Amino acid sequence: MIEIEHPGAFTTVQDLGRAGYGHLGVSRSGAADRDSLKLANRLVGNPEADAGLECTLDGPRVRLHRDCTVAITGAPVDIAALDGIEVSMNCAFPAPAGSVLQIGRAVAGVRSYVAFSGGIAAAPILGSRSWDMRGEIGPPPVAAGAWLALGDPTSPPPAVDAVPVPSIERAVTVTVSAGPRASWFTAEARRGLRTERFVATGDANRIGVKLRGPALTRQRPDELRSEGMVPGAVQVPPSGQPIVLLADVPTTGGYPVIAVVAECDLGKIAQLRPGDEIRFAFDGTWGREVAA
Amino acid sequence: MSRLTAHPVGDRALLVEVADNAAAQRLFRFAHRTLDLEDVIPGHQTVLMVGRDRAPRLEDLGSWESDEEPARADAFPVVLSVTYGGPDLDTVAERCRMSTEELVRRHLAAEYTVAFIGFAPGFPYLIGGDPLIQPPRRTEPRTRVPAGALAIAGEYTSIYSKAGPGGWQIVGSSDALLFDPTRESPALLQPGDTVRLVEGPA
Repeated sequence: MIEIEHPGAFTTVQDLGRAGYGHLGVSRSGAADRDSLKLANRLVGNPEADAGLECTLDGPRVRLHRDCTVAITGAPVDIAALDGIEVSMNCAFPAPAGSVLQIGRAVAGVRSYVAFSGGIAAAPILGSRSWDMRGEIGPPPVAAGAWLALGDPTSPPPAVDAVPVPSIERAVTVTVSAGPRASWFTAEARRGLRTERFVATGDANRIGVKLRGPALTRQRPDELRSEGMVPGAVQVPPSGQPIVLLADVPTTGGYPVIAVVAECDLGKIAQLRPGDEIRFAFDGTWGREVAA
Repeated sequence: MSRLTAHPVGDRALLVEVADNAAAQRLFRFAHRTLDLEDVIPGHQTVLMVGRDRAPRLEDLGSWESDEEPARADAFPVVLSVTYGGPDLDTVAERCRMSTEELVRRHLAAEYTVAFIGFAPGFPYLIGGDPLIQPPRRTEPRTRVPAGALAIAGEYTSIYSKAGPGGWQIVGSSDALLFDPTRESPALLQPGDTVRLVEGPA
């Protein structure tokens, strides 16, 4: 078991989500920065899909009640300490029963991940232990005094000390493909998405991140009938300011999607802080849509 | 065979457009039953298909129109008991130029179909309502609509499956539990289900 002594700002249990229930209105959910959770799990010898903690901006203080191996990944934090002694990120370290793990504030990015050997063994709902903040499904955000069970470790941690990870930058470029409704937008809007800089706003959570930039205007004023959405969809409400959808994506939406962020770059979106800059790089699909 | 329009959606999804909701239902059932996909999400006139490693191709859908549908075990309408009297009931009746009694009578008389589920887990978009009852959304959405609110917006009727913000016109309530993740079948309604509303005890 682990005991939450202090929950931090918003700390949730996340695994890789519950895909397969979209037709019932249930989001995929799961870690917003999936690559970071997978890495944390690999470092402690867990299957990649095990559940860990997703910390948001300010991390928790956790007392361990069993010997285990721990790894912290994702957004770098100002303090990462075990019983007051600093521990490194992106590497596995042993944590004996009774020790206290403290995770401080993110100094870059937003979301840090903590994996424990054996994984967090909260009761799965629809096949996942992830908290979905939109659908309110899964174990609720951790609170002070909560105890979380750990599973049995399946294999020893791999013999690596640390792994190199790309640093989290305040200006990022993400690859996008043309969205299903790209042709609903003016040529200026499509060009603007490619050439202009956008800025992340504070209007951001696990559902999506609102960006600020040149207004993306439509050439087709028709009302869009609700259609299926995916994490990474760049949807454009009437204000023209795009929203990039994340893990707790509404399964259907009525705003046209101009572009879709490549899955391998979704973690960069999940780590955007207010004021961070974002540019969109287009893959080969864009030219075809513009010509249409 | 009618032509399908398809748009790639990111690395491994395909959004297929069809003529109407009936076609979307048919394509959804075909894809859900016969293709190995991560997710299949019907919309009003679309079906989004999310593949496991790559997007499905239009060729994979070759036989969807001629596909023999197995008999549905739950072909009977799902009956939901509702009570009228929400905060927007009189406004909606006025807007539809009928008495409140007439609105209730017409709203109860319709046989609805679950066009798709979205917005929240288990939140059904019911179509097939009386064509005279098509109020717009509220200009100011409410910050909190209680679970069970019976609501109308445009051609859609729904029951809020959980509490939360919402912009639909509230005309009543229902105690139907539309979504319970601990049930073996968490959503009470599936896309394509037929629904009848009956006036029940308050």
